[in-house]
Order: sequence, then structure tokens, then C-alpha cells
Amino acid sequence: MEKIISGKTISVNEEGYLTNFSQWDKTIATEIAKEEGIAELGPKHWQIIDYLQEQNKKEIPLSIRKIGKSGVVDIEEFYALFPQGPLKKATKIAGIPKPASCI
Amino acid sequence: MNENNGEIKKMMIILSKGSLENVYAAFILANGARMEGIEAEIFFTFFGLEAIHKKKLEHLHVATVGNPAMHIPTMLGGLPGMEALATTMMKKEMDKLDMPGVHEFLDILKASGVKLWACKLAMEMFHLTKEDMYNGIGGVITVGEFYKKGAGIGTHMLFV
Repeated sequence: MEKIISGKTISVNEEGYLTNFSQWDKTIATEIAKEEGIAELGPKHWQIIDYLQEQNKKEIPLSIRKIGKSGVVDIEEFYALFPQGPLKKATKIAGIPKPASCI
Repeated sequence: MNENNGEIKKMMIILSKGSLENVYAAFILANGARMEGIEAEIFFTFFGLEAIHKKKLEHLHVATVGNPAMHIPTMLGGLPGMEALATTMMKKEMDKLDMPGVHEFLDILKASGVKLWACKLAMEMFHLTKEDMYNGIGGVITVGEFYKKGAGIGTHMLFV
């Protein structure tokens, strides 16, 4: 599937996750965040996005527990920054695949 | 089911058992709900109270008797040490999957916004006070109060 985000044609899957990370940039992240109900990405959001992308590059499976232990953000704040399903939303904004994790 | 397109908004989970496999089932269901943006609350009653009992929660066991899926003959499952052995084995597997221990799991649930309630009647029956329980519980409530908390469209109740 293709989708136009901030004037660029981006490949996404049926749930709206980017399928080609090389197409990701910060403007696209900001646009996806808006669609997900996050009006503005602050420094903490970006720090989390960086962390998620880094873990994804290393092919480390993501989980809420690991994020809580990452030292980047605690679980409570993670839920506050990305309300309504933080891992799902944060990975979508970060342009990486949706984690298949239950914990 | 047509209201709200049948979308799940809130999971009200009742945990009545204290064996490790049941406790984890309830915890994973609650945590999985939060991860999808669904609200979740757990009502701990009867033996489920063991999962929030400070002194007991890290010593829960897998049931080896009366559980055909364990594939251990009932007579063997009842031997001393069998439950401990099965529990150790299961915990090792869970660790590989990055599953937290019971106390840490409760911390994760609490931080994720899951509300934890102890059943008043069961607390009285087992002579327990709030001080005996995990600090993160929201309170000790009646069944009626738990039902009230489940009010609203898209609430589902689940008994473990």
C-alpha cells in the first residue's frame, strides 16, 4: 500500500506502519503522530523514538518491560506520552514494524 | 454487540485462582489490553488473593495435580517436590520469553494503569488486611462495587 504523508509517497502496510524505513524522516513522524492523536512530539518523545529505532536496528524484540528498564522512560510516563497503546503507537511513529508482543 | 461496533473498551478480569498459570493468564490479559489502549481492572478473590499477598506472591506454584495438560500422572504429580519442580521449569521458560516475576508484573500492571482490587469478602474469610497486600492495590471492595466500575459501553468481564 502507498500513502501520501506531507507530500511524499510512502509505502505502508494495511495498519499504516512504514514498510521501508529509508522513507522515514522527522516530518513524517510528526504527521503520523498527529494522526495518532499526539499533537506535538517533545524531546522525550524523540528520545524514545531514537531508542526504539536503535533496538529495531539491532533486531532486539521490543516489549513494555524492556522499555521500562531501558533508562529512557519509565512505563507510566511511556503510557502518558503515547496514550492508548504506547508501544503500538510509538513504533508506528518511529517507522518500524509493530511488535508482536503481549508483554 | 452492535453498539460501538462491538469494540472492547474495558476488560474487567476476576482472578479467583492462585496457581501460577492462572495468575499469569489474568496478568497477561490485563497487560495485553492496556497495550492495545483498552482499560483493564482485576478483581482478586478467593485464592486469587495469593497473587497480591505480599508474603505469598513470589511463591506461587503451577498445579501438577488435576491438570491433564501437564502430562504428569496424577499419582506422580502429588509427590512432594513435584509442584516446585514444575514451577522451576516453567519459570525458566518464562524467563526466556522476558516474562517478569509476579511482583515485577504487578508493578508493570500498576504503571500501565491497570486497577487492582481485593475482594472484601475473601479478605475477611482469610483474615487479611490491606497491609498484608501488595501496596499498589486500589482498595478492598465488594462485588457490587466492582460491577459498578465496569459500567459503560464496551466493557467485558472475564472470570479466571
